[in-house]
Amino acid sequence: MMAKRESNFINMLVTLFAVTFIASASLGLVNEFTRDAIKNANAKAQEKAIASVLPNFDKLGKSLKILPKDGPDSLELFPAYDARGNEVGTAVKTYTNKGFSGHFTVMVGFKPDGTISGYEVLQHQETPGLGSKMGQWFRNKDKPKQDIIGKNPGKVNFHVSKDGGDIDAITAATISSRAFLDAVRRAYNTWKNESDATIGSTTKKDDQTKGGNS
Amino acid sequence: MKNFTKGFLKENPVFVLLLGMCPTLGVTSSAINGMGMGLATTFVLVMANFVVSLVKSGIPDKVRIPSFIVIIATFVTIVQLTMQAYLPSLYESLGLFIPLIVVNCIVLGRAEAFASKNTVWSSIVDGLGMGLGFTFALTLLGAVREFLGSGKVFGLTIYPEHYGSLIFVLAPGAFIALGYLIAIINKLKKA
Repeated sequence: MMAKRESNFINMLVTLFAVTFIASASLGLVNEFTRDAIKNANAKAQEKAIASVLPNFDKLGKSLKILPKDGPDSLELFPAYDARGNEVGTAVKTYTNKGFSGHFTVMVGFKPDGTISGYEVLQHQETPGLGSKMGQWFRNKDKPKQDIIGKNPGKVNFHVSKDGGDIDAITAATISSRAFLDAVRRAYNTWKNESDATIGSTTKKDDQTKGGNS
Repeated sequence: MKNFTKGFLKENPVFVLLLGMCPTLGVTSSAINGMGMGLATTFVLVMANFVVSLVKSGIPDKVRIPSFIVIIATFVTIVQLTMQAYLPSLYESLGLFIPLIVVNCIVLGRAEAFASKNTVWSSIVDGLGMGLGFTFALTLLGAVREFLGSGKVFGLTIYPEHYGSLIFVLAPGAFIALGYLIAIINKLKKA
């Protein structure tokens, strides 16, 4: 066995340089290999979420990122169209920072009239068995007080009933429920502002598509 | 062989050495999370032990710890990227705890206490034994908590969920379950 190298300045410098150099080189290599796969996995998860929250659609429009009035990060809107170019709904990737463990993201689908067509919790760290139930809790057809599917956040009070709202919170997970509804409200407000602002231009866009088809 | 088996019972990192408590308590809310975390740590342990024992004579004593940490961090990042690419759902549920393997005392502890003094082969075996012991402990703890908390083991329902006591899914339940498991292991060791 080799004798231990002495701890003099040059030796230490060379060793640390070599160690960090090899480490960064190998990480760069691994990153090369996994980058596409990670991108695909994320894109696939997103596509699946969009498809599951919206009614059947034929193609997705260009997504747009909008900074909401009531939050620090932007939301992503994915408008979806049927074969004839009519809007069937918009999926909104929204978030909240008020969860029991902070940040989580939700995909919410809105029909053109503002009713919720579906939702999917994307990433969360909420307590398993409590807050993590939000994936199923708010889509229970047998319990209309907790079901949000088919409701319009512009007409129904999207707060938990404890706070005077119309939605029943998850048992023993009021904080997660509040955060979830916070995310949905943010999605609705952003989507509403956006669609109100583009009503004028939608008619124009319809003309263009018609022109393109003929 | 002794290097391999000691990780399971005699020197089990969780139940006997009480190392790596942070991920132990944090991720074991279900059996599958515990197992995923354990296997990720095992990979890092084996690889770090292997590399450390390989380069041990080339590293001056005074920069030993920073070098080990860089080596460990490299393997952790490899695990993280690979998991993100090919096991996205597990990656999501383990979340923050994957990068935290870097500062897991077991990994640095084995590099420092074992791999830097022993041959390459016995270091690999030690890493594997310790890692699987850790996996075993985390899976057991996760299974116990999942069973008591939500009536499931590995996601399979054993009894209806509302009979479960939520405390076992939450942090206090982790302490209680771990305490009893350590007591049982101690009893078994003495017998």
